[in-house]
Amino acid sequence: MGTKHLRRMDLIFTRDDDYKNLVKDILSRKNEDIINEMMESGLKGRGGAGFPTGLKWKLTSEKPEATKYIICNADEGEPGTFKDREILTQVPYKVLTGMAACAKVIGAKEGFIYLRGEYHFLVDLLSKAIDEFHQICKVNSFDFNVYIFLGSGAYICGEESALMESMEGKRGEPRNKPPFPTDLGYLNKPTVVNNVETLAHAFTILKLGAKDFHDLGVQDSHGSKLFSVSGDTPIPGIYELELGMSVQDFADDFGDGDCKAVQVGGASGFLVPRKRFKETSIGYQGKLKGISLPTGGSMMLFNSSRSMYNVLSNYLDFFQEESCGQCTPCRVGCQQLVKGIEQVKRGEKPAAYLDVLLKLTDTMKVTAKCGLGQSVANSFQSIVENFKEEMIY
Amino acid sequence: MKQINLKINGIAINVDEGMTVLEAAKKLNIRIPTLCYHKDLCTAGNCRVCVVEQVGRDRLVASCATPAQEGMEILTNSLQVRNSRKHIIELLLSEHNADCTKCYKNGNCELQNLASEYKITNPDFIDLVPYKNYAYDDLSPSIIKDDSKCIRCQRCVRTCAEIQHLSALCVAHKGHEMKISTFAEKPLQEVVCATCGQCVIHCPTGALTEKNYIEEVWDAIADKDKHVVVQTAPAVRVGLGEEFGIEKNDGRVTGQMVAALRRLGFDAVLDTDFTADLTIMEEGTELLTRLKKALVENDKDVQLPLFTSCSPGWIKFVEHTHPDRLKNLSTCKSPQQMFGALAKTYYAEKRKINPENIVSVSIMPCTAKKFEADRPEMRDSGYKDVDYVLTTRELAIMIKQAGIEFSRLDEEKYDRLMGESTGAAVIFGATGGVMEAALRTAYELVTGREIPFEHLDITPVRGFDGIKEASLTIEDALPDWDFLNGVTLNCAIAHGLDNAHHLLKRMDSGEASYHFVEFMACPGGCLGGGGQPIPTSPEIRKKRMKAIYAEDGDMPLRKSHENPEIIDVYREFLGEPLSEKSHHLLHTHYKARERY
Amino acid sequence: MSDVQTLVKGLVKSYGRQETSLMPILQGVIKVERSISESAMIEIARELEISTAKVFGMASFYSFLDTKPRGKYVIRICKTITCAMKGKNQILLALEDSLKIKVGETTHDKHFTLLETNCLGWCHKAPAMLINEEVYTELTPEKVRQIIEEYKKNEVVD
Repeated sequence: MGTKHLRRMDLIFTRDDDYKNLVKDILSRKNEDIINEMMESGLKGRGGAGFPTGLKWKLTSEKPEATKYIICNADEGEPGTFKDREILTQVPYKVLTGMAACAKVIGAKEGFIYLRGEYHFLVDLLSKAIDEFHQICKVNSFDFNVYIFLGSGAYICGEESALMESMEGKRGEPRNKPPFPTDLGYLNKPTVVNNVETLAHAFTILKLGAKDFHDLGVQDSHGSKLFSVSGDTPIPGIYELELGMSVQDFADDFGDGDCKAVQVGGASGFLVPRKRFKETSIGYQGKLKGISLPTGGSMMLFNSSRSMYNVLSNYLDFFQEESCGQCTPCRVGCQQLVKGIEQVKRGEKPAAYLDVLLKLTDTMKVTAKCGLGQSVANSFQSIVENFKEEMIY
Repeated sequence: MKQINLKINGIAINVDEGMTVLEAAKKLNIRIPTLCYHKDLCTAGNCRVCVVEQVGRDRLVASCATPAQEGMEILTNSLQVRNSRKHIIELLLSEHNADCTKCYKNGNCELQNLASEYKITNPDFIDLVPYKNYAYDDLSPSIIKDDSKCIRCQRCVRTCAEIQHLSALCVAHKGHEMKISTFAEKPLQEVVCATCGQCVIHCPTGALTEKNYIEEVWDAIADKDKHVVVQTAPAVRVGLGEEFGIEKNDGRVTGQMVAALRRLGFDAVLDTDFTADLTIMEEGTELLTRLKKALVENDKDVQLPLFTSCSPGWIKFVEHTHPDRLKNLSTCKSPQQMFGALAKTYYAEKRKINPENIVSVSIMPCTAKKFEADRPEMRDSGYKDVDYVLTTRELAIMIKQAGIEFSRLDEEKYDRLMGESTGAAVIFGATGGVMEAALRTAYELVTGREIPFEHLDITPVRGFDGIKEASLTIEDALPDWDFLNGVTLNCAIAHGLDNAHHLLKRMDSGEASYHFVEFMACPGGCLGGGGQPIPTSPEIRKKRMKAIYAEDGDMPLRKSHENPEIIDVYREFLGEPLSEKSHHLLHTHYKARERY
Repeated sequence: MSDVQTLVKGLVKSYGRQETSLMPILQGVIKVERSISESAMIEIARELEISTAKVFGMASFYSFLDTKPRGKYVIRICKTITCAMKGKNQILLALEDSLKIKVGETTHDKHFTLLETNCLGWCHKAPAMLINEEVYTELTPEKVRQIIEEYKKNEVVD
């Protein structure tokens, strides 16, 4: 620790007392203007999937339906992620402004913030911010209302189609895609689902202009990003950094000097072992050299005292409980992985059984119905391949 | 319609927009295996067995849930597809009590077929069954739910919701604990289950099966002191052949079935069709009586429309969900129960057999009939009117067990006394059939003329439309019925409880009003019943319906009131329709049950 | 009318009868009763004209919509990776010791239920737990003992 390779940014959490004027300004702009600004900024979804935000707004704006929705995904459930909570605590008006901009562009009169049940304590504060925001909309003759929809403890509801099912009073089971939410979303109406941070970045972009945002970051990974830093670090917390950094720089800045591995993107992300720190960067797939990992911003550090078997076992328990259970590869696959590594560890199965499980995760990756089941392979493969001996002994 | 060009396994094909990859492949005679997919139900896309490779995409796609798109290149048998599919089958097996030799569905299981096809002889994965606390529910007289056989495809859940509007079954919990359950995990017996068995015929494995009474029936047959009579429902004769691969003659096997039943050792092989004709006499008279009360006597208490009461699944549905409509139900017992009550009274008297020694067995396309036979109301003969109810499937099992070469049997005729029937009775097996049979008789009773449809085929009440309507204006009625002159009788027909629900709603809101409504719990009527051969599909039901009407057309008598045995039973035993004796033996009452 | 029927009717009045209200109604029941009883589910099904099985299927999906009886205070301690690394098991032992119950159980006086849960989103202040909607972070065995004592004291005063 001590070295400071990474430039700390301060765009998201900067207070903006003048935001009322920005709302007014946005509402007076042409829709195409706003869409272009968003497209030019290069902003990609900050929940982890990385779909271009401007394009999502554009696609939805082109739908002829009279009723459309904007949903802010605040079901922040990925282990190791807690930035959205902080955004909603500190600068909720930025998120609301982002929602209003989207609502204007796509033609939505109603927006929802799907807030995870674990953040129930935020309801009062957020409601107050929403009330204030409604006043601003009213002053600007903008017909737009935002409601909080509270989740009830289901990680899978962070998946956008499961989230909408949940709002419709159903079990949070992901839908088949296509159709995508931009065509048939909440209550079968065209719907934009954006992550909290994405909407906060939209605020920055619409305030500063696309160029300033675009200039940040490296190559295809434009802009800044909030990182939730936890684990074996002396300085856990939330940091805004440029995209495109290497894991080495990150570990140097945030590690405790004994950093053995960094889990990028939470339980559904990848474990990067020390030997790969230099060649791995954080951002979207593009022209970056080496491995490039997209992420919702969860960065968990592990020092040499940690057993990677315990880490993996913890993730797998998480997945086998939080899988919605509808599709075979995810529901049964997770149980097989949990039992499989247990039996290898206890010597009841040979070490070679790990190869069987690795193949199973290949299947899960390509056959699971949604991102949850598909991404179990990420941590499983990156941990087992890099720390095989810890799985066996 | 817009056309889509795609390639499957290198073969170009052109399909209608909206068609799925699975359907497109089928057009090319490429079979993609499926489990959660069922033609009767909405797409779930959750078992993932039907995954295929779409060239250029990292992930496989579920062919049942993926619409064909322009320029798509699909591979259904690539190495990746094969390996993935094998993995998925193995995963399903690892959660499944795969003790196939001890399974009731052994030999008729979609999972077993896939396991065999993919030669899963040495599975890689850990058997998860010992870690599960699987429930086994056999408290219902109709259906057994064995969670250890369940593959969570949710076909039953979708069936219960989409076809039957009951949602007695649901998906509960999540993750590794996810299971198919009921309200608060209660036994089926205690929830709003209509016992229709649609879940059973849509279940790909042995998780939902009929409760079988095969051994009990063998025991009865073997018992020298017992006189075992068997009755066969109309729809059985058009379904049973499927179990033996019989396609000729539209799959109709009435004569072979009678022969087989005799060879099984039943002492008398009789026909539910006889009491179907009797039902027409009783229910037709009940309708006319209610009409008279309403139109002539201005009796405000009389309940119209009259609802048919032949389908026990429908009855239980009304008892649970629309108790305010119980008074609309005809008080007529179903043909099965009329038969049962007469078997141990009229038949016993005529054959001079102590009813105590009669065992009454019925062969039904239905699982709800098992529940019905168990109802405490169904003991008007002084005994349990129907002792055992077997489904079409159970009969097929018995025939196979007995080593009978079914397809080679010569046709035989039913025994006399409760074995005679008409075409009006056989059409009870199809949706609209009770209505058609009733109209054939009622019209003639009232006017003295045959109903004015060519060949007596009342086509407006036939077919698979969910809700059908027909109107008939009475003119030149006989003097007894002149109050009906100029009256237009409005009738409706619904099959499948979801359609029934919608029709009831329309009536409740005043949007529609009728004099007589036929309801059947199952899609297509009894021919699509929960006791019929598995699999089921719209095409299969269509074939069975064609067979039913062919059977009707071939009958020398087409109208219930012309059945000579019916004339006899009134003359010798019952007196007249709705007589005191009829009321005692052939009519019943209903009870409201918990909706929730 | 029973208490729970009154409660459900009130919730239905504020949220409406459409299925999109199902979640808020279930949450409203939890807020008061801490679990959703069979009679509550029956009442909700009746009001929304949906099947009880559907209500049960929905409730059983979500970790916070308990269908088993719970105490007045439901303690959910996070068991996910960072909390596990930062001493969650010690916190759990301290809780089990103060409450004299094991995970999954409810105290005899029906005041406390002890459960584990997945990531609460306080990894930077691990270990963390919820008591009903209230969050407690950077826990130590001493700290949780104190917290529980406070709750117990308030119960006596109540």
